[in-house]
Amino acid sequence: MSGQLVTAASAFGIDPFVTNLAILVLAGFVGYAVISKVPNTLHTPLMSGTNAIHGIVVLGGIIVLGLGVDLSPLNKAILVVAIIFGTINVVGGFLVTDRMLDMFKSRPEPPKKDEDGEES
Amino acid sequence: MTLAPATAFYQDANFVAILYIVAFSLFIYGLSGLTGPRTAVRGNRIAAVGMAVALLATFLIEGMGNWVLIAVGLAIGTVLGVPSARQVKMTAIPQMVALFNGVGGGAVALIAWAEFNETGGYAEEPLTFVIPSLFAAIIGSISFWGSNIAFGKLQEILPGRPIGAGRLQQPINLVLLLVAVAAAVAIAAGQTSGIYIAAVLIAAGLLGIFVVLPIGGADMPVVISLLNAFTGLSAAATGLALDNTALIVAGMIVGASGTILTRLMAEAMNRSIPSIVAGGFGGGAEVAGPGGEEGGTVRATSAADAAIQMAYARQVVIVPGYGMAVAQAQHTVREMADELEKRGVEVKYAIHPVAGRMPGHMNVLLAEADVPYEQLKEMDEINGDFPRTQVALVIGANDVTNPAANTNPDSPIYGMPILNVNESESVIVLKRSMNPGFAGIENELYFDPKTSMLFGDAKESVADIVSELAAL
Repeated sequence: MSGQLVTAASAFGIDPFVTNLAILVLAGFVGYAVISKVPNTLHTPLMSGTNAIHGIVVLGGIIVLGLGVDLSPLNKAILVVAIIFGTINVVGGFLVTDRMLDMFKSRPEPPKKDEDGEES
Repeated sequence: MTLAPATAFYQDANFVAILYIVAFSLFIYGLSGLTGPRTAVRGNRIAAVGMAVALLATFLIEGMGNWVLIAVGLAIGTVLGVPSARQVKMTAIPQMVALFNGVGGGAVALIAWAEFNETGGYAEEPLTFVIPSLFAAIIGSISFWGSNIAFGKLQEILPGRPIGAGRLQQPINLVLLLVAVAAAVAIAAGQTSGIYIAAVLIAAGLLGIFVVLPIGGADMPVVISLLNAFTGLSAAATGLALDNTALIVAGMIVGASGTILTRLMAEAMNRSIPSIVAGGFGGGAEVAGPGGEEGGTVRATSAADAAIQMAYARQVVIVPGYGMAVAQAQHTVREMADELEKRGVEVKYAIHPVAGRMPGHMNVLLAEADVPYEQLKEMDEINGDFPRTQVALVIGANDVTNPAANTNPDSPIYGMPILNVNESESVIVLKRSMNPGFAGIENELYFDPKTSMLFGDAKESVADIVSELAAL
């Protein structure tokens, strides 16, 4: 299953797994930096938005089902359910986040500086 | 695998990989839009576009088949997901998020299971495939079952109070974890029987159930954040196994986000994450002793008196809690605030980080009621303001206003940062009855001479205040 992306062996013979580990670690730090800046006000949309993003596992279901040869009926059924689950997660997550964020409104008056000195 | 010369460029594995880079860049860019309410809608949509790109890229992978089944899965998922997301009430958002989180974790566990079957028990696979897959199976299964229990509790299908085996709970959980890990190790060491993967998935699933069952309603924000982090990490592990960068990056971002939120929530309750996961408040049954009625007398007030008190205040701070969500009182609260502002009263809302059942729960409810977000103040911002406040109106919040957290070292919530409502000139508490809230902790705020209580359903009480204000 691994290696459906052609990962040409690097000049130093590094396993693509190790490259992926590097990506994983970096992504963790990037995620930490980006998410740390989200204010408390938006924590619920943040949670439901990131929730939608982890629905990306649907890709895993699609890849395994799509590339599978001679899958047993049981395995096909498992994978279809996995795709259903992942799709609910993605579609539902993004929609509900969108609905929520649409409700966050500012005062109708012209913008002025708030206490933090940020432009509002 | 080598590329046949006839392959179109878009089926080139490198092209697919580049699309994945585009996709995860859009995720990161989109999420950075969530730093402010004005850019957030766009940010979420950008992330959704990223998801579409990732999906498209996946369809391009060379040699894909089973299109009908894939289409069926996508269609059913969409048909189930769209209406629930469209119709869910804002007060039910925590359970919706728990459910969506659960199905994500479930998908991860199912993929790991199908791959185990397909590869004859991971027999010919390298450890760099087997270990992440087993990790994904364990965490995904914990997340699926745990989230479903959280959903059941929030939806009140299951009782919200802690349910558990008391002192036996920890050993049971430990045994389940050991069984799951031992079965996983056996698979990694070459066992190929389906019994082992079943043991992994079932033991991890039971662990998820037993960990969440003993957790009380007020600890839900921590649990939901933690399960969110788990599902993210399991998705990243699936990405490692499948050599898929989009899954790795997206999963890790979610893992980071869930971890940050879990830590923030635990800090806001002055409790360690392990002690919350260990269940119950301070260990469950021990604290449920009598709160004692020795606190003194409670002064009840009427809607009319409350209305007069607030109408002549310079500043009123509203402190919402889960009770406001349960009573769905947010729109009526907004009407009341409008009436007060018409009279020149300054109205602010004090939001405790763990008010409600998930991080930021109150903000969403008040946003739904069109309260401008500038009026929503975080704890650190508002606490200095209470001494200048004539009336603090507490609507369905309890523990987050309990002064015992500052003054009584024997209290189970001692040290938890609270909203210092008792520093304002007077306090009005809207409460259903004198039943102590979660875990039976007596709130001495209610016995403070400057506190008056308005008993009844929060929404009805606020509606009464609105009509009294209109009649003044």
